[in-house]
Amino acid sequence: MRLEIPELALVLLIGPSGAGKSTFARRHFLSHEVISSDQCRGWVSNDENDQGASPDAFKLLYYLVEIRLRRGLLTVIDATNVAPEDRKGLIALAKKHHCFAVGIVFNLPDSICIERNLQRPDRSFGANVIYRQKQLLRKGLGRLKLEGFRYSFVLKTQEDVDSVQIVRTPLWTNRKSQTGPFDIIGDLHGCCDELEELLEQLGYCYEDCEKPLDSELLMDRVPKHPQGRRVIFVGDYVDRGPRSVDTLRLVATMAHHGSAFCLPGNHDTKLLKKLNGSDVQIKHGLAETIADFERLPEASRGRLEEELKSFIDGLVSHLVFDAGKLVVAHAGLKLEYHGRTSGRVREFCLYGDTTGEVDEFGLPIRLDWAREYRGEACVVYGHTPVARAEWLNRTVNVDTGCVFGGALTALRYPEQEFVSVPARRVYCEPSKPFLVEADSLTAQQQCDHLLDIEDVLGKRVINTGLISNVTIREENGIAAIETLSRFAVDPRWLIYLPPTMSPSETSSQPGLLEHPQEAFEYYRAQGVHRVVCEEKHMGSRAVVVLCKDPQAALDRFGIEDGGTGVIYTRTGRRFHPDIQIERELIDRLREACNRSGFWEEFSTDWVCLDCELMPWSAKALELLKTQYAAVGAAGRMNLDPVLGSLAQARSRIGDPEQLALIEDVEGRFGNRRKSIDRFVDAYRRYCWQVESLEDWKLAPFHLLATEGRLHTDKDHCWHMDKLRLLCEADSQVLLATEYLEVDVSSSESILEGTQWWMAKTSLGAEGMVVKPLSWIARSKSGLVQPAIKCRGKEYLRIIYGPDYDTEENLTRLRKRGLGRKRSLAIREFSLGLEGLERFVKQDPLRKVHECVFGVLALESEPVIVDC
Amino acid sequence: MLLTLETTGPEATKLSYLLHKHPDKVQSFSMSFGKVHVYYPRYESDCAVACMLLEVDPVGMLRGAYRDSDFMLGQYVNDRPFVASSFMSVAIAQVYSSAIGGKCKDYPQLASTPFPWTARIDSLATRGDSQWVERVFEPLGYTVSTRFELLDSQFPQWGVSPYVPTVLSKTCLLSELLTHLYVLIPAFDNNKHYFVGEEELDKLLERGQGWLASHPHKEWIARRYLRGRANLVRSALERLIEADASNEPDEPPLADVAISPAQDLTYRDDNKETPGATDPELPARLNTQRYAAVLEELVACGAKSVLDLGCGEGRLLRDLVKNSQFERIVGMDVSYKSLEIARKRLRFDAFDERQRARVDLLHGSLIYKDRRLQGFDAAAVVEVIEHLEPNRLESLAKVLFTQACPKHVVLTTPNKEYNSVWESLPAGQFRHADHRFEWTRAEFQAWGNRIAALYGYRVEYKGIGSEDPDRGTPTQLGVFHRD
Repeated sequence: MRLEIPELALVLLIGPSGAGKSTFARRHFLSHEVISSDQCRGWVSNDENDQGASPDAFKLLYYLVEIRLRRGLLTVIDATNVAPEDRKGLIALAKKHHCFAVGIVFNLPDSICIERNLQRPDRSFGANVIYRQKQLLRKGLGRLKLEGFRYSFVLKTQEDVDSVQIVRTPLWTNRKSQTGPFDIIGDLHGCCDELEELLEQLGYCYEDCEKPLDSELLMDRVPKHPQGRRVIFVGDYVDRGPRSVDTLRLVATMAHHGSAFCLPGNHDTKLLKKLNGSDVQIKHGLAETIADFERLPEASRGRLEEELKSFIDGLVSHLVFDAGKLVVAHAGLKLEYHGRTSGRVREFCLYGDTTGEVDEFGLPIRLDWAREYRGEACVVYGHTPVARAEWLNRTVNVDTGCVFGGALTALRYPEQEFVSVPARRVYCEPSKPFLVEADSLTAQQQCDHLLDIEDVLGKRVINTGLISNVTIREENGIAAIETLSRFAVDPRWLIYLPPTMSPSETSSQPGLLEHPQEAFEYYRAQGVHRVVCEEKHMGSRAVVVLCKDPQAALDRFGIEDGGTGVIYTRTGRRFHPDIQIERELIDRLREACNRSGFWEEFSTDWVCLDCELMPWSAKALELLKTQYAAVGAAGRMNLDPVLGSLAQARSRIGDPEQLALIEDVEGRFGNRRKSIDRFVDAYRRYCWQVESLEDWKLAPFHLLATEGRLHTDKDHCWHMDKLRLLCEADSQVLLATEYLEVDVSSSESILEGTQWWMAKTSLGAEGMVVKPLSWIARSKSGLVQPAIKCRGKEYLRIIYGPDYDTEENLTRLRKRGLGRKRSLAIREFSLGLEGLERFVKQDPLRKVHECVFGVLALESEPVIVDC
Repeated sequence: MLLTLETTGPEATKLSYLLHKHPDKVQSFSMSFGKVHVYYPRYESDCAVACMLLEVDPVGMLRGAYRDSDFMLGQYVNDRPFVASSFMSVAIAQVYSSAIGGKCKDYPQLASTPFPWTARIDSLATRGDSQWVERVFEPLGYTVSTRFELLDSQFPQWGVSPYVPTVLSKTCLLSELLTHLYVLIPAFDNNKHYFVGEEELDKLLERGQGWLASHPHKEWIARRYLRGRANLVRSALERLIEADASNEPDEPPLADVAISPAQDLTYRDDNKETPGATDPELPARLNTQRYAAVLEELVACGAKSVLDLGCGEGRLLRDLVKNSQFERIVGMDVSYKSLEIARKRLRFDAFDERQRARVDLLHGSLIYKDRRLQGFDAAAVVEVIEHLEPNRLESLAKVLFTQACPKHVVLTTPNKEYNSVWESLPAGQFRHADHRFEWTRAEFQAWGNRIAALYGYRVEYKGIGSEDPDRGTPTQLGVFHRD
């Protein structure tokens, strides 16, 4: 016996105790698909037969069913389900989640059940219970359809049971195996001229095809795409426009020959009602369609109408394509309804999210489901004419009102490009003007104006292109929310945060903590042979987002206050509290872009750069004063009297043993005195007074992104070269970073790199950053560190203290773990690039913000959460 | 860091007996933070000098017991090796234990004989309060000499060094001198390498016996020594006053105001006191008046459910909870730390189910839309907006008036015009270091009117605090009612 059940359904096994339901369920379904009332009873009471526990057991059962159905999973209920009231609640649950209810009835001879129960030592009830259950079962058997079962199957004998073969049939909406490419075309309304033109523009060519002899609907020529692209029509083929019948013929022919998928529109279903003889109001352009029909010869019209009825009747409310990544419905579809089937879902697909109320134009008031849409799948729809097709939270309305004089638009998928042909004329006056001047902000930008706390609260897992599942712990997130709220720049500007960077392993060379050898060795061991050494500037990390003009800032970032760029720190704070200085720096950088032809070269009107901004003292003055200069001052103030007193004491002491002791102390403090001077020299090198704009130095070292492009596919030399050209356009303020390419498998090249580092650091450079030549490098063990820093001997006094280079201190400092730092660097790097990539792809802001938030959270000290 | 003790006169060579350290030796002692060395640069018949040198090991400390302490600032680069700090007190107590205890084994009478002393501390960390060196030591009878140096001679614009070479002279018992140093050095440093708890309070009172209670700046000393822990400071002062009942204090010692930093609502910042905190009559009263005014508005509008957005440490929540008009009370703040304190102050963890259903605390931010804020009668937004960057205000207004959209919003913010009334507040400076802006009455009302019109609210304005005829009240209040 072959039982066909939909792939998503709530299956109720119905039958008395001992009918073999559990055995049946085990044989035909996955173990997690089956929810058994006995098991639930056991979970809540430790006794599967404790009937007193049934109310709680069923609460649990309902809870599980509810979650599974919400998640779109087929679920089987293994309970007796013999009374209608047992089934009622479950059927309601299936309805609530727009799934089919399926019943499989075990109407076996009583003797089988009784005998089985006798064999089971844990079943204490007698045969009368079975009789009663059977009685209930039989009484309801004829009414299953009425109760709401879409399908029911009755098994009458053990042979029936044994012969069952369950076949799961795909839902009508399921076209997941169709991966495209597609051209999704908006509402037609009889605008066949524009449709023909658009198809041509999209590259479709007419081919001869077989036309069923008796068909009045289908044509003998069909548009097909040479590359196998297919059209998806969002519906509303008829009414208002001049060529409704031709339009129907064209789309039906394409659908018949597999060149198109068709969705039903509300006008199409209304036409179906009319054809079926219902008394529908001849409004909203139906009159034009009827007139079009009446122009047909009487003889063929009847046949055509019959074919049309079956064509429209066969259209499925919505279709899910490309492994679930694309959903098309006439009026759109909220996430909860994707791939579901019910009257409500169909209503939504045809009419949208209506409230039943009408507006001043007599049109239904629609709820803005797209604004709330959170799904991963793209939803493409039509139904309500809009001035231009624009993305909002991965949804797009492609009805650009052709019949009202707008345009007929196609979305090319997966390219996400729009192709339009203008309407040849206004065929119908819209009841509400829709070609109004576009808002200054796009719908997405309006929607992005506020981020939702739900998108940052609690534990989060972010999937990035480079590594899957970066986990952000709640404790870290809490700290990041505070930083973002109190200090960060407008989140619309905040599209990227840089990752932390690990130092090299420590060097064992005397007097040194870091040396290039270890950095080179790291990459060699990872199988990365070509690396780039970039001079590491000592200033403050600065991310620059720069727009060509205020219009670009408005268009691309939704910034309305006339701002044209921002410079922010690695924690997302505005770089300088004095906004005027930021503006002037931004202006200088823009002028350099203008002069160097940057905008044209990259066909962009914005850019995101990763930079170092100097001097250090300009940003870190407080820190310098309270920590670095303070230590220098305290040290100098202290050590001279200390040395003086020790020398005096030494001159008094005659005992050789005591003398040795004091000389020992004196020696150590003498070294401290020298170190403190070196320390003061070290920090002073990175300090200078800023009096005019030209005292600032901005050194860009990553050209991260421009319109449509994330530049991580080019190697670092490319970045260095492009940025050098930019810097040359304003060498007063912009500083090109010096770099050297090194082959870590060649000892000469390593030597050259080492000497370069020595030369740079002896001239006062902080050190160097070694990066794989390509941005993203992988080894057997996964992503390779995107950068390793190797700092100079003098600079490290600023990090590890004035005396860090005594052997006693070095011995201890050399023991440093890098594992945590490196793992963090990889996660932050992946998140940072993911955020930028999403921005480049024009994802909703929350998707970008999620990544930026993630980097900041990973960098935050966790808050202790105890509640 | 070096402590130099010098005495002169015929008895100078008794110094080694007093200190219990041999004059011709270098003696070293191991301590948790490194080593202490004692030696004598001079030892002549009429002048003896003893040095106590602390050799602090920052690398060892950061990698060992002090890894997570604030004391080291978590930094290898820090001033601890060079400045007089609580390490010095520990060294005095341990290495000079009999001297500070007033004992002298070989010549017991020396311990009770005054000597002419000169103590030199080469870098006393004054944390910017250098005028306090005289203020603190002179009342104790010391002749004080200090010198100021530049922080960095190459950058004179960075100002003077916070470290002051200090020379103190007085003829007194050695134990008295050492006791003063023991208490006052860490008070100046305002930092401790160990947790400050009840024991420290006892230590302060014990070491302070006989001099602290009558010191005119005992409150400053107690506050700094106890690192500003308000409850400890308060009980220290209470006990000091009992000990000094005869002495009339010249500053109000129990002024709540000066002890607890004026409460800042949304974004508490422990290190930054409001300027009002130095203006003893202002903040507490204004704070109380402000909450009273806000509460009055909330009561008057008949709200049953109330949001306290930016509830901070729960000052307003405590008042709301007491009033049975409010059936649902939710406090939200962006600072988790403040919420923790609010939770403790409200004794939230002891709430029963009914109380929990009535009162809730949320971590959240006013620039993110938040479903949890919907459906309330009223929202209080007390001293919050001025903590946001001006360009984020638009988001706050949207969240507040279009997403949460309570029927009534009671919102307060400082009135900038009033600032000039306070002499302690330098012109042009904000009242709080975290304020991003402060508004005049006209600016606030222009904003309020625009927001009200935009989002369908009516708004009325009031003042809170004593009114100046020209400059209005210190706090301004806007009450918004949804049309």
